[in-house]
Amino acid sequence: MSQPLLEVTSLRKSYGALAVTNDVSLKVFPGQIHAIIGPNGAGKTTLISQLSGQLAPDSGEVRYDGEVITHLDMAGRVRRGLARSFQLTRILPGLSVLENVAIAVQARTGSSFRFWQVAAQERALNDEAMACLTEVGLGPQAMRLARTLSHGEKRQLEIAIALATKPRLLLLDEPLAGTGPEEAEILIALMLRLKSRVTMMLIEHDMSAVFQLADFISVLVYGEIVAGGTAEDIRNHPKVREAYLGEEEEGT
Amino acid sequence: MTQTPSQMPAKGDPRIRIALCIFACLAIVPPLLSLVGLDYYTSVVTRMMIYAIAALSLDLILGYGALVSFGHAAFFGIGAYAALFLQTRGITDFFLHLAGASLAATAFALVTGAIALRTRGVYFIMISLAFGQMAFFFFISLSAFGGDDGMSLSRATLFGQELLRSEVTLFYLVLVILVVIFGFLCRLTRSRFGRVLIGTREDSLRMEAIGYRIMPYQMAAYVISAVICAIAGVLIANQLQYVSPTLSSWQRSGEFIIMVVLGGVGNLVGALAGALLTIGLEEALARFSEHWKLWFGMLLLAVVLFSPGGLTRLVERVSGRITGKGDDR
Ligand SMILES: Nc1ncnc2c1ncn2[C@@H]1O[C@H](COP(=O)(O)OP(=O)(O)OP(=O)(O)O)[C@@H](O)[C@H]1O
Ligand SMILES: [Mg+2]
Repeated sequence: MSQPLLEVTSLRKSYGALAVTNDVSLKVFPGQIHAIIGPNGAGKTTLISQLSGQLAPDSGEVRYDGEVITHLDMAGRVRRGLARSFQLTRILPGLSVLENVAIAVQARTGSSFRFWQVAAQERALNDEAMACLTEVGLGPQAMRLARTLSHGEKRQLEIAIALATKPRLLLLDEPLAGTGPEEAEILIALMLRLKSRVTMMLIEHDMSAVFQLADFISVLVYGEIVAGGTAEDIRNHPKVREAYLGEEEEGT
Repeated sequence: MTQTPSQMPAKGDPRIRIALCIFACLAIVPPLLSLVGLDYYTSVVTRMMIYAIAALSLDLILGYGALVSFGHAAFFGIGAYAALFLQTRGITDFFLHLAGASLAATAFALVTGAIALRTRGVYFIMISLAFGQMAFFFFISLSAFGGDDGMSLSRATLFGQELLRSEVTLFYLVLVILVVIFGFLCRLTRSRFGRVLIGTREDSLRMEAIGYRIMPYQMAAYVISAVICAIAGVLIANQLQYVSPTLSSWQRSGEFIIMVVLGGVGNLVGALAGALLTIGLEEALARFSEHWKLWFGMLLLAVVLFSPGGLTRLVERVSGRITGKGDDR
């Protein structure tokens, strides 16, 4: 296999006595969708936050594309191509859908210390933003105010914003959370389409989506990776059945 | 669901038209007043416009950057004291006063901003208040400038001439500066920089996740805002021909906030209208009743309760109902 795009080594983070990330090591290879599953409170979001630079780990190392980025801030990581989405949607509600994306294009094309030229009239920004919106299927909504979008559309917008940063690795924190079946289908199709271009780390509770999308699955329980493998491996892993799938199996 | 996606105010935006109407009305105030023999009121309207400049400066950081500065009057005072200082040193040129005030305001903003901008929300309010009070007590300690009584000064010279002795000349100078600053801020808030500033207001974590380091943008906005407020300070020193620490009291900072909130934050026209209205009402109500502050407080409460977006939102909603466009938010 090729060099990993992301390599996490012995990452640790505790809140007081609670070890939320407990000696986590994993590798994400280019072109893969690497899913992280685990029960509520397992530390999935906390892990993503450390990978994206929002939170500093207590110890351990994060290596991206061969470079140690453990102490790089969020903006620095985004510029290197490491983008994230949030579990609770974070968009710029008072701006138009197009501007939400254009502002991300603007971040990596030229200085933003320009005080006179009207940004909304910059063709290059708008065209590229529009391309991202079209890609996620939000083209027709471009002129709407972002806060007026439906929940599923906001999820799509968040991915469009991330795409506009030209990511090589996308960290997606429960992109399907709170969406209805139709909205989820749109988002799953979108992730499948993106797969050829962008490597993804996907946190998701929806197991059918995970089994459908993921090339590799890591199972996180109480901050520890207890198992890792393909969908097939994970389905049959005794520890996973016990810790995570147990409830589901009982139901059927 | 039709909604203009621009970062207001845009071309053809009703708010720009309102602003142009306001400026046009202001321009004919002096001849009109002298026609009816009420020349005295010219200086009242001058004062209204000076406060409008200060309110616009606050709207830039409060309305567009969600930085609620409760110490903004510090910059008002800094501008006024800079003018006084230069005047006592024999430097009477108005433009040099503007330059001196801008330098002093920039220095104070860089130092206080470096600390205050590390905080958010209520903490920013408290720290900006503390810095405002620091400036206030500093001015009180200046015994050479009259301590807490303050000191009178003569008006600055323009191109070596004592043109500003005339209330009408001063009026038009202030009007021109007001229009220029308004136009500048309109462009600024629609520029790349303005867009980033608005982004930090909407969700600063989202902006960081897009790849922005937001502190430099906030600092730049803070400094620009400080300089504009200091310019208003130079003007008020000239208008009143008197400078005292009360120019930068915390009540004054509160008054600036009230003006912006009353008019509606984050669209410039609101701040403009809010300031004109606040000072205008102050004059009118003070004549009409000793308890004008109570009446004014009740009016403010009504606006905040019934039209949270301030007067600009109220106007929009009413005109929207008339044109049948309806409410969009
Ligand atoms: N700032 C914090 N201070 C203290 N404890 C925290 C903090 N943030 C998270 N935790 C705790 O860390 C644990 C892991 O939280 P995290 O949000 O990473 O879980 P998660 O796997 O994303 O859960 P979910 O599936 O519900 O999103 C939880 O027990 C949570 O209460
Ligand atoms: Mg989570």
